[in-house]
Amino acid sequence: MRAGLGARVVVPATTNVSGVDEAGWRAWPVPPEWAEMAQRQMAAYLALGCSPTFTCAPYQSAPRPHFGQQIAWGESNAIAFANSVLGARTERYPDLLDICAAITGRVPLVGLHLTENRAASLVLRLDGVPLALQAADEFYPVLGYVTGRLAGERVPAIDGLAVVPTEDQLKALCAAAASSGAVALCHVVGVTPEASTLDAACQGRVPPELHVLDMAVLRRAAAALTTADTGALDLVALGCPHFSLAEFRQLAPLLAGRKRSPRTRFLVTTGRSVAEWAEQEGLLAPLRAFGGELTLDTCILTTPMLPSDVRCLMTNSAKYAYYAPGMLNTTVTYGSLSDCVRSAVAGAVVRDGSLWEGE
Amino acid sequence: MNAGSTVLHGRPLVGGAAAGELLVASAPLSFWGGYDYATGEITDRRHPLSGQIAAGRILALPYTIGSSTTTAVLLEAVRAGTAPAAILTASADAFLALAAIVADVLYAKPLPVVAIGAEAFAALRDGQWAELTPGGDVFLTPGDSGRN
Repeated sequence: MRAGLGARVVVPATTNVSGVDEAGWRAWPVPPEWAEMAQRQMAAYLALGCSPTFTCAPYQSAPRPHFGQQIAWGESNAIAFANSVLGARTERYPDLLDICAAITGRVPLVGLHLTENRAASLVLRLDGVPLALQAADEFYPVLGYVTGRLAGERVPAIDGLAVVPTEDQLKALCAAAASSGAVALCHVVGVTPEASTLDAACQGRVPPELHVLDMAVLRRAAAALTTADTGALDLVALGCPHFSLAEFRQLAPLLAGRKRSPRTRFLVTTGRSVAEWAEQEGLLAPLRAFGGELTLDTCILTTPMLPSDVRCLMTNSAKYAYYAPGMLNTTVTYGSLSDCVRSAVAGAVVRDGSLWEGE
Repeated sequence: MNAGSTVLHGRPLVGGAAAGELLVASAPLSFWGGYDYATGEITDRRHPLSGQIAAGRILALPYTIGSSTTTAVLLEAVRAGTAPAAILTASADAFLALAAIVADVLYAKPLPVVAIGAEAFAALRDGQWAELTPGGDVFLTPGDSGRN
């Protein structure tokens, strides 16, 4: 609409979250002028030739870049996922530069595009972390949070995982590390394509720094994600980064036959493609029956959509937990997916911290 | 520049003259989710500078973390007049530099961004008075002595 100079992207270009859920924004107090501007922005990106993925997790719904492919991605969690999980190569591209790269088909030959800059320069070694915790979804946001804090702008390698994480667990790890740090590549030894061994992650060099991640460190990190964990609960927010089809499959049976408390709203944020697949599989019906809501193509951090009486928020996402207090002026409680569901039913925070006990 | 000042020779990622009181961040920051462009307040509630107003001051920030939208938030702060007067960094930070470059083109409001290296950065102190030259020199004077 406003791409008035006639520019077009010359490489396949996906779109990050938009500023508004086009069909659903009126269910929330989104300012109409905001919605209008956000729709203008969506139209402008489409006029440039971008595809209407409108998700922060393009790796869940669009064709994926392959190992070693040179790409230019924005969106901190997607950057970390592309480098760490897919083995594609992207620098951290900020807003504005990403679309310039799509229009020109060019990026500077620097940073993580180059093999030598992809070597790990610090090692985070898990020590004494129970297998049951390593296998649990609620471990990975915490691991990511502490990884980002320790790594800062360096490339970390996480060594000593005894399980193979699921893709959603890796998504959560990447999103957290890219929130609390500037982590664009995190070698998960045994998982990251370039990190079949610690030695491979470090490209044969010995990193100068080693941190041991034991239960004391991890418990402190988990506690830092929560700013208040008692009392009434106004909102449960899931889907940061955007909920995947696998997560909808996990959620549906937890909701079956239950109903949220009238005082706690229950919101899932995802992209339009994943929502369509979830609908086709019958996974959205239990969400509606539970009294849950769905917001497409955006999230609570990107669209000013929450009513001002939402003061206490609970989430299974370290990224939501990281940004909510400053951006939304809420307290936040971090908990597992099933804790989030149980809390929504109770209308108050309910947490099972048993996996974090011991050692 | 008065006789008691220290001079740092920084690398001007985006050159420009500026003067102001230093606000020194000991930890990196994401502007998206961490900087309110309506007020210039640092709003990352886990950041050591949470609640401080950076508008009009020389913000010393080691580097940015977090969101790719940091650039857009800083750009909007420049437009709104709530950005720092200049930014000193330890590392060469592309997110900040890009916002400053685009701010100059779109709004003709230059925002100097100067990388001074980790060692010089570690010696900065809150409340020092800083004067930046377009070439990337930074003159520092302690406390109140540089002010009118």
